[in-house]
Amino acid sequence: MTFVIYPARRIHTMNPAQPEATHVAVQGDRILGAGSLEELTGWGEHTIDERFAGKILMPGLVEGHSHTMEGTFWRYVYCGYFDRVDPDGVTWPGVASIDAVLARLSTAQTQLDSDTAPLAGWSLDPIYYPGGARITRQHLDRVSTTRPIGVLHASGHIMNVNSRGLQLAGLLQKSIEHDGIVVGEDGLPTGELKGPDAMTLCGPFVGFDRDVLAADELGLRQFARLCVRKGVTTAADLASLLPDDAVDMMLRVTGEERFPTRIVSLRRFQNLTPQQMIDRALELGKRSTDRLRLGVIKVVADGSIQGFTARLRWPGYYNGAPNGLWYVPHEQLQEIYKLALKHGVQVHTHTNGDEATQLVCDCVGRALAQHPRPDHRFTLQHCQLADAALFRRIKSLNMCVNLFPNHHFYWGDQHYTTTVGPERARRMNACATALAAGVPLAIHSDAPVTPLGPLFTAWCAVNRRTASGRQLGKRECISVDDALRTITLGAAYTLKLDGEVGSIECGKRADFAVLEDDPVAAGAQGLKDVRIWGVVQGGRIFAGADI
Amino acid sequence: MSAVEAIPVTVLGGYLGAGKTTLVNHLLREANGLRIAVLVNDFGELPIDADLIEAEEDSVLSIAGGCICCSYGSDLMATLQSLHVHPSRPQHVLIEASGVALPKPIADSVGLLPTLQLDGIVVLTDADTVLARAGDPYLGDTIERQLNDADLVILNKVDLVGDEKLAAVHGWLDELRPALKCIESVHARVPKAALLSAVEDPAVQIAASSGSPHVHYQSLLLSCDEVADAHAFAACLARPELGLLRVKGFIEDVNGCIHRIQVVGHRGKAEPITTPPRTVGKLVAIGLAQRMDIAGVAACDGVAGVLMRSDD
Repeated sequence: MTFVIYPARRIHTMNPAQPEATHVAVQGDRILGAGSLEELTGWGEHTIDERFAGKILMPGLVEGHSHTMEGTFWRYVYCGYFDRVDPDGVTWPGVASIDAVLARLSTAQTQLDSDTAPLAGWSLDPIYYPGGARITRQHLDRVSTTRPIGVLHASGHIMNVNSRGLQLAGLLQKSIEHDGIVVGEDGLPTGELKGPDAMTLCGPFVGFDRDVLAADELGLRQFARLCVRKGVTTAADLASLLPDDAVDMMLRVTGEERFPTRIVSLRRFQNLTPQQMIDRALELGKRSTDRLRLGVIKVVADGSIQGFTARLRWPGYYNGAPNGLWYVPHEQLQEIYKLALKHGVQVHTHTNGDEATQLVCDCVGRALAQHPRPDHRFTLQHCQLADAALFRRIKSLNMCVNLFPNHHFYWGDQHYTTTVGPERARRMNACATALAAGVPLAIHSDAPVTPLGPLFTAWCAVNRRTASGRQLGKRECISVDDALRTITLGAAYTLKLDGEVGSIECGKRADFAVLEDDPVAAGAQGLKDVRIWGVVQGGRIFAGADI
Repeated sequence: MSAVEAIPVTVLGGYLGAGKTTLVNHLLREANGLRIAVLVNDFGELPIDADLIEAEEDSVLSIAGGCICCSYGSDLMATLQSLHVHPSRPQHVLIEASGVALPKPIADSVGLLPTLQLDGIVVLTDADTVLARAGDPYLGDTIERQLNDADLVILNKVDLVGDEKLAAVHGWLDELRPALKCIESVHARVPKAALLSAVEDPAVQIAASSGSPHVHYQSLLLSCDEVADAHAFAACLARPELGLLRVKGFIEDVNGCIHRIQVVGHRGKAEPITTPPRTVGKLVAIGLAQRMDIAGVAACDGVAGVLMRSDD
């Protein structure tokens, strides 16, 4: 038997029986063992590869909730407030004012071959601009009046367009009455479009494809390159409609010899009856490969907190906004759970508001009474507003949660002042309460809503700092050790992959995050700045520098 | 005003089980040459009775009589835009909203497309379960918001409840929206004329049986003079106390401008048009026989005469 032994500066294994090691032995795509050199040589004939001798190894990081369209978005102009790294490894500095956004768009348009070609940007977040300035079509007209321009906000729910974009969509006119179209003092739309209906009218003209949620081949490849740069070896894609041609493409691309990421792609519940959904999930499950895992369902129960579409329990939104929206009839939710338990299909459910979480608990409870099934691992995605009692209930139902601590950093100040108010903002994404209740915990980025990067997400969960520096809910901070376990084994558990990945131990997949710095030594403050060399995925080595 | 007439759109709302699909199928059976396009949120449950379907291609169901049905999923706007250029351009569009959707945002989005015009928002509700649903802590506000969005409410399945319960439902509705325009029905059997009659057809016949012994529809033919203000005229006809469910036709104002008058339940509007219609000064109205105030209709400023047409 021949295998490779990699010495490392330190290996954080996440194996509780042996938390640290100095060497890891890899045979093919599997871990033969972790331990000392002496222990591992006992396996027989081997070679020693010193390339990671100065590096720190962790289990490959697991992103439990992202969208592969993060890879798609990089073909548009990045207009975010914070620095962000693209798939090529180039850091795009954040743009901190309207003028800076316009300057970046102006630079980008010099690459276009005609003065009528559309120009699209993404990740705009005007809430950070001085005085809360809002972007209007007149601003974007300073970039161009001849080409349509559209810039999508970071939330994905709002888009700003220029006059030409409005004109092409037939919206540059007076007497428009629509909640999604902001009208200015001149009676004409300001170019700020909210919600899918208003946005999709302009989207095609400004260069956004109709279905940006479905990553194409290039997007999938770009997404995987980002994963390598962030130390991620397994990423969940939540979710798409997964028609057969998309599945064929994904199987082909992920099956290539040098595709560096395991993608877990969930099928969104839409356009099918609950029974058809279960049948489709079972069918998809049969097509699973090591690097493309299929057969899991995602259901969306409510909307978003910052969009005021999440369903909150009494007393609702802090600013008095009406309660949010249900996205699926409750009878269907109930039926999906019942059938999924009966047939052994896993369901992840998006809930943001606490009322939505409570409803899901009610439905899962009833479904379990009809079809008891051990280890179903139904997972609540986001579940941002659950309180201690809900976490106890979630535990009693054997459900998992995947919380969203990045929200604190990006929108925590708005949650504190506007959406849910100070008290509930302090308990949002209550990681410490979840762990104390014994609920299996994952944490996520929801990329591209916030940037992919489990170490940054871990930093958010450990520090709970907002962009303005406010600490939101000190008592819900978790330890560095807990956070590191959560972005590896924790997330793997919610994907039913913890037996295969998430720790460095004998028999598991040879998936490592290769780090320049030790995240444990970096501590609470330094987690987000830990430098990442690349990954080992299924025994294959991918350096961020040449991906 | 575009050269091609905008297609009228009715948004059908109401919670799961209220009878939206039954109503759609009923209207398709009654279509009688009217090319209806039905848009449903998804094709999960087949939204059309199997015997009506002639073919299925690219997620569009072809239905007897030139009607079609397609799903809009996450892209309502693209689906609506495609109707205008569909080979058998529909004459009326019915959007069946999902059970938890609020119909008004959908109606507002229809208003953004120049090729379409909103006819009205019709919300169905199940007489047997509405009170229980309204009392459901998770659902109550959604049910109320749906009903508050309605121009016209169809209180369906009245055969399943006794007089006492029916009275309780009406009492609750009355509290929610005083003077609400509401039609009772059984198996969602509402005459096509009350929901989607074509404007050009003044000789509209009300052939459908309502299925309820208490419900009789009455249609009126209104002869109209020139009116001073077409918008005020439409609003006057839409007043709840007159009990008119639907009014359609063309009138001329004192400036010689022709307007399309359209009332759907509580929604009354007048729109100037450039292409002269065949008949001006005649409006077709429909209402419930026992609720209609014919003297009140006749007293509206601009109405010169009212002719009662026979009901079923």
